Amino acid sequence: MNEIIPNSLRNGPDGRGRFGEFGGRFVAETLMPLILELEAAYEAAKADPSFQTELDYYLKHYVGRPSALWFAERLTKELGGAKIYFKRDELNHTGAHKINNCLGQILLARRMGKTRIIAETGAGQHGVATATVCALFGLPCTVYMGAVDVERQKPNVFRMKLLGAEVIPVSSGAGTLKDAMNDAMRDWVANVSDTFYIIGTAAGPHPYPAMVRDFQCVIGNEAKAQMQEAEGRLPDVAIAAIGGGSNAIGLFHPFLDDAGVRLIGVEAAGHGLDSGEHAASLSRGRPGVLHGNRTYLLQNEDGQIQEAHSISAGLDYPGIGPEHSWLHDIGRVEYVAVTDKEALAAFQLCTRTEGIIPALEPSHALAHVAKIAGGMSKDEIVLMNLCGRGDKDIFAVAQHLGVEL
Amino acid sequence: MSRIAGVFANLRAQGRAALIPFVEAYDPNRETSLALLRGMAENGADIIEIGVPFTDPMADGPTIQAAGRRALEAGASLAGVLGLVREFRAGNAHTPLVLMGYLNPILSYGVARFCADAATAGVDGLIVVDLPTEEADLLLPDAAKNELDVIRLIAPTTSDARLPLVLAGSSGFVYYVSITGITGTRTASAADLARDIPRIRAVTNLPIAVGFGVRTPEQAAVVAQYADAAIVASALIEKLCKSDVETVLKDVAALSAGIRGAGKAHAPTL
Repeated sequence: MNEIIPNSLRNGPDGRGRFGEFGGRFVAETLMPLILELEAAYEAAKADPSFQTELDYYLKHYVGRPSALWFAERLTKELGGAKIYFKRDELNHTGAHKINNCLGQILLARRMGKTRIIAETGAGQHGVATATVCALFGLPCTVYMGAVDVERQKPNVFRMKLLGAEVIPVSSGAGTLKDAMNDAMRDWVANVSDTFYIIGTAAGPHPYPAMVRDFQCVIGNEAKAQMQEAEGRLPDVAIAAIGGGSNAIGLFHPFLDDAGVRLIGVEAAGHGLDSGEHAASLSRGRPGVLHGNRTYLLQNEDGQIQEAHSISAGLDYPGIGPEHSWLHDIGRVEYVAVTDKEALAAFQLCTRTEGIIPALEPSHALAHVAKIAGGMSKDEIVLMNLCGRGDKDIFAVAQHLGVEL
Repeated sequence: MSRIAGVFANLRAQGRAALIPFVEAYDPNRETSLALLRGMAENGADIIEIGVPFTDPMADGPTIQAAGRRALEAGASLAGVLGLVREFRAGNAHTPLVLMGYLNPILSYGVARFCADAATAGVDGLIVVDLPTEEADLLLPDAAKNELDVIRLIAPTTSDARLPLVLAGSSGFVYYVSITGITGTRTASAADLARDIPRIRAVTNLPIAVGFGVRTPEQAAVVAQYADAAIVASALIEKLCKSDVETVLKDVAALSAGIRGAGKAHAPTL
């Protein structure tokens, strides 16, 4: 279906797992044989039509795909410019795009004969999605979560426990997503024979960035067909929020070779790009190596990794998937940033005009839509990935709005 | 002959293994690290491994993680560690120093400049935990140009088929990560070592050092029966945390005695 064309931007990564100079496999030797085994297993699964058939079955009947494409008419009127469409991945089972990837990886884990699943989580969405598929397939599940995030995402912690997962609070470092990922890697290195590590974003050592992207491409592939059906053409702009970047790469990748589609990734500017408290690794970071891949990172002049900040726990990560770093450097995707305040305003705008409570992550994308849509003509089209629902965020939002629940 | 090769040649002649204690640089401050380096060299350390603090030490257990945090709080940087090496080297020309750390601080410093500055400061070898052989071309040319040994990690997960690939371009010695896991947790048994070390000997003439989980003089003596060096890290860091430099140095002397008293399960190769 996706024909390889010589100058396609969709051919990466290369044999070393690199997108341009980004990506790669920067892991300790103990993990290297496991990464190679995973790559071989994934290549074999990709070549086996029964793997995709099995995945499609679960995506349709368990997740509820395809997710709807929604013309946000009242929001469009309110902003007074381009037609705005939402790709509604918040309607998926578990309420976000994360499950697309978790299903793909757990089916692969089963093919590889792995009997124990581990994962890291920030906001808890990936942890919940992982715990969900583990319950579905009856596999024991351990989720590493920063101690700070355990505190600020209590409902998701409870969900994971209900689903049968063990949640391990990580207090090293700042106790957030980065530290959870470190501890998940440490678990993996100590349990090499039976454990499969389901990474939640399009980062980590090769083959994770490519594999997670492939599983999330269902978003862009569906949206592309749905746009054709709704409008008879592709959108002028496709836009998505970026933490590690899995929902964004899933939306963007199928459009990379469509030069007429402007692609915009929205990073979290936290308290502002110049405040020192943000999660905008492309806007304010520089290339380095963390968590197995070379990519843009928030780091100090000595190469020590800095803590990220965002109102959205899901964007609170000092790195970004390596394919985004490459797309940034070659200029195919524009990367912008949106502050906590702007995201909060967009959260309320969406709720009020469309009757949809979005997660704080896509609220960042929506804030940028609100910035540009008014300046576009009424026959132009903006497609935004509404990658998660906001139920999990109502406590945080209430706190920021000064409401006591 | 490099300093590291010289030490192993000398020990082979004596028929004993080497003791390689570990110091996390700047834990809890620079002065303590300098005192430890000097004192270890006088108390039986044959080579010293210096940990370069990093915010995200993915292969390390809680002990070295905590040491790294204390060190960063004390102002550790890669440039600072090189300064520490320079100061040690001014008073000691014979004890080899090996830096162990993660790639990002080196990238940030600049690989070529780092290798040149490290060699000038008196560093002998480098262990970069998250630089597997597949990515090592990033470091090998500059390390070779500056005569720095690039020491490779071998793990229990490294297959026989993979061993020659992993060891390509390595020098100094081979670091056998004797357990699957992070530093300072499990300990390999004598039976594990009897099984694993010959597997590595079959493909390399380099000395083999064993690390991860070696804590006591008795364990060091077991390692010395099978391998060419024992690396002790977490146990010494824990001791420093609970006591002082002098007590740590007593432990180093005891570890050294353990190694010197060990018999050889296998005649040394070479």
